[in-house]
Amino acid sequence: MTTQHIELTVNGEAREADVEPRLLLVHLLRDVFLMTGTHIGCDTSNCGACTVLVDGESAKSCTMLAVSAEGRSIKTIEGMADGANLHALQQAFWDQHGLQCGFCTPGMIMQASWLLARNPDPTDMEIREGIAGNLCRCTGYVNIVKAIEQAATELRAPASTDAPAEPAVAS
Amino acid sequence: MADTGLKETPQTTEAVGGMGHSVKRKEDPRFIRGQGEYIDDLVLPGMLWLDIVRSPYAHATIKGIDASEALKIPGVLAVITGADLEKAGLHWMPTLAGDKQMVLPTDTVMYQSQEVCAVVATSRYIAADGVAAVLVDYEPLPVIVDPFKALEPDAFVLRPDRGPDKANNHIWHWESGDRAATDTAMEASEVRVSEDIYIPRIHVASIETCGCIADWNATRGQMTLHMTSQAPHAIRTVLALVSGLPEQNIRVKTHDIGGGFGGKVPVYPGYVLAVVASLTVGKPVKWIEDRSENLQADSFARDYHIHVELGATKAGKITSLKVKTVADHGYTDAAADPSKFPAGLFNVITGSYDFDNAFVEVDGVYTNKPPGGVAYRCSFRVTEAVHAIERMVDILAHDIGKDPAQLRMENFIQPDQFPYKTPTGWSYDSGDYPRALKKALDMIGYDDLRKEQLEKRAKGELMGIGISSFTEIVGAGPSHDFDILGIKMFDSCEIRVHPTGKVLARIGVQTQGQGHETTFAQIIAEELGFPVADIKIEYGDTDTAPYGLGTYASRSTPVAGAATAIAARKIRDKSRKIAAHLLEASEDDLEWTNGKFSVKGSPDKSKTIQEIAFAAYTNHPAGMEAGLEAVDYYDPPNLTFPFGSYICVVDIDRGTGQVTVRRFVAVDDCGNIINPMIVDGQIHGGLTMGFAPSLYEEISYDELGNNLAGTFMDYLLPTAVETPAWETGKTITPSPHHPIGAKGVGESATVGAPPAIANAVVDALWHLGVRNIDIPMTPQKIWAILNEKGVTA
Repeated sequence: MTTQHIELTVNGEAREADVEPRLLLVHLLRDVFLMTGTHIGCDTSNCGACTVLVDGESAKSCTMLAVSAEGRSIKTIEGMADGANLHALQQAFWDQHGLQCGFCTPGMIMQASWLLARNPDPTDMEIREGIAGNLCRCTGYVNIVKAIEQAATELRAPASTDAPAEPAVAS
Repeated sequence: MADTGLKETPQTTEAVGGMGHSVKRKEDPRFIRGQGEYIDDLVLPGMLWLDIVRSPYAHATIKGIDASEALKIPGVLAVITGADLEKAGLHWMPTLAGDKQMVLPTDTVMYQSQEVCAVVATSRYIAADGVAAVLVDYEPLPVIVDPFKALEPDAFVLRPDRGPDKANNHIWHWESGDRAATDTAMEASEVRVSEDIYIPRIHVASIETCGCIADWNATRGQMTLHMTSQAPHAIRTVLALVSGLPEQNIRVKTHDIGGGFGGKVPVYPGYVLAVVASLTVGKPVKWIEDRSENLQADSFARDYHIHVELGATKAGKITSLKVKTVADHGYTDAAADPSKFPAGLFNVITGSYDFDNAFVEVDGVYTNKPPGGVAYRCSFRVTEAVHAIERMVDILAHDIGKDPAQLRMENFIQPDQFPYKTPTGWSYDSGDYPRALKKALDMIGYDDLRKEQLEKRAKGELMGIGISSFTEIVGAGPSHDFDILGIKMFDSCEIRVHPTGKVLARIGVQTQGQGHETTFAQIIAEELGFPVADIKIEYGDTDTAPYGLGTYASRSTPVAGAATAIAARKIRDKSRKIAAHLLEASEDDLEWTNGKFSVKGSPDKSKTIQEIAFAAYTNHPAGMEAGLEAVDYYDPPNLTFPFGSYICVVDIDRGTGQVTVRRFVAVDDCGNIINPMIVDGQIHGGLTMGFAPSLYEEISYDELGNNLAGTFMDYLLPTAVETPAWETGKTITPSPHHPIGAKGVGESATVGAPPAIANAVVDALWHLGVRNIDIPMTPQKIWAILNEKGVTA
């Protein structure tokens, strides 16, 4: 099958690949770039395990062709932490026990980051509606909502030079 | 966080992090960074892909398979058929329940989406191209999807392979309790209520589907099977027995697993096909099922048609229970049930109530469906049992005009009756049912809600309150009742203390998200005083972990948790000897507190566990073996019996039939608690998997056997929007026979929640003449009832 050359940005790095036109974006990330933090949980765009940001917009990467990402900027879970420093959402999911098996977590965090970029101070129901396209089978969502609330508070706070304290036990 | 209900404060410091501390999970850093290692994340050099051709028919003869076009596709290397497997005797495989299941059919397909043949190719996409190019010629056969029709005398015999003596679709009959005594008591009952209750077929639908990589190395004679398994050691032994490969040359590794809930216990044909393909081509072969395959083909839970009758006095004292059930197992009895009982633990159906007479019978039946009888987050048929008894208790209360909470209080087994022998033979270890219900009633404000309900009803609004006071049965198991192909259901832990006072422990159970890397470290921290941060827990590699039977049926804490505590105590016993040597004191003069041995009366003369660990390698007493390690294989004397009381409040839209769960209070008692945060997380998740089949999930089939909910478009997992904001509370009644008094908690809420929700919905509609509604209580179903009763918006 013929291939097509694409160039795109992934987590701030310029990347290129020769891909079949039918290759899904999620398979480009996972199978070609070996960035396996983005997961696949269904084939109907329902579960959101594959959620990434495309030019800042939330997208289900199992429902987008790699060739459609030509020239775009993709952000994945691997791009969330700044070295040893976790993103506020990653820290909050850990603090609040917002994950169990961890399979939906990357998609959930990416979707939450999109939500908080649009709405920095969401209500409980706005958070729930904001992650309605991401299924979790383990947590019952209670602690995911709490985690997103914690991260929202953290991200709204004035920038501090001190790293956030890391509690030894969950609140 | 809601009331964590800890009766006692933790005995260790927060830095040590023993039992009772909400220690943050040690496994989380890799998951929140996207660095988990799930099966589809693994890529091995030279790896090939396997994909599966599946049947569009629920029952058909295979007239021929033409793979020639598929094999012309560059990159398609092989197409494996049932005929190929038959040559090696691998076309059928045994099931845990003593039946057999096709790996690939040689002549007949038995359910829609059954595996027909497998394509091996050089990439994921080319394997899918190969699947699309295989031509299969089918001749449809009569389809049976209704188990009652399957039992009719002239029904088409679905499994002629069972021979002329079994020319019917009846698999087995099983009964428990005293039929004659129950009949007598039932006849004498002043009040008798009966109902037909159907618990529909559902699917666990963990967000990660199933998959594996089989990696055969012919030079080394080594098979490494990376797979999504909740029971890797059992897989290794079964593979050794079936394939003839020597067991020491088989290694099963699970890596991280994206949810299990029972669906990753069985062996599916895809795993076997990957093994066969790798043995054939000598390269690693990966099989990953997609969601529609997962929801249509691997294995399913419930599908129980229950006729249940409850006898009582006019005052509401329960006297007797009689149950007759038809169990739809699909085309084979592949139930993931390691008990000696074909209907598992279904006879726990007498529940939380004290009465003398019960009789339960179940008949297993074949239909043209994929295998049933696999758990959905519950021990073997407990959810079905709890649903039936909790629904019937509510119907009885409504029939005699007694408040359902009061009726439960008057029938509960009382705290001083434990250990309590049930009429079907179980021995409940401990419980305080009135305390849990009282706590739930207080938390939700029950009396006020009943007043509100009366006011709303007067205005025509539909509001209901439902209670479920369930008894769970978990922790398989005592080996006299539980085994997997003869292997007794113990579980294990091996602890090694290194010279620098750091700990490596390996367990025979397996996490699919439960947090074992944290909670098992907490058990060791509690017993030995090492900080949780210094303890590493490993599992899921059969080359290194001690033999265990895996994680399901909430058995990790009851069985392997006990082994862990006992192994730690063996280490403490040896540590005492070393401490006595170091302190030049008699062992009897030493006392153990806060991670150190000190001389009684001279607390300044002490040795910490870390100092003792170093001495175990550098300065141990003459005649003692060096080192500090222990292993324990624990066979529990009994199951554990967690319990709880749940109360649900629903509002029903008169115009649409939509049920909204306004509040849900869950009071659980799982004995002593290792990590309150993780216990609450288990309950939140369990409640959501009880909520899901109550209102949304059902795998149903049309008369041709077509699966009507084969993708997430139709099989509706609850999202964050519908899922209630769960309110949790605890009581603590330790298990008297468990070394740390724990009981297991992973499945309680899935078992306990559905009848609370169903009772609430029926309670909202009882005044209209509604007695029972089978789950899922969808808007369509409720709307049809409202319409029939003349209720409009």
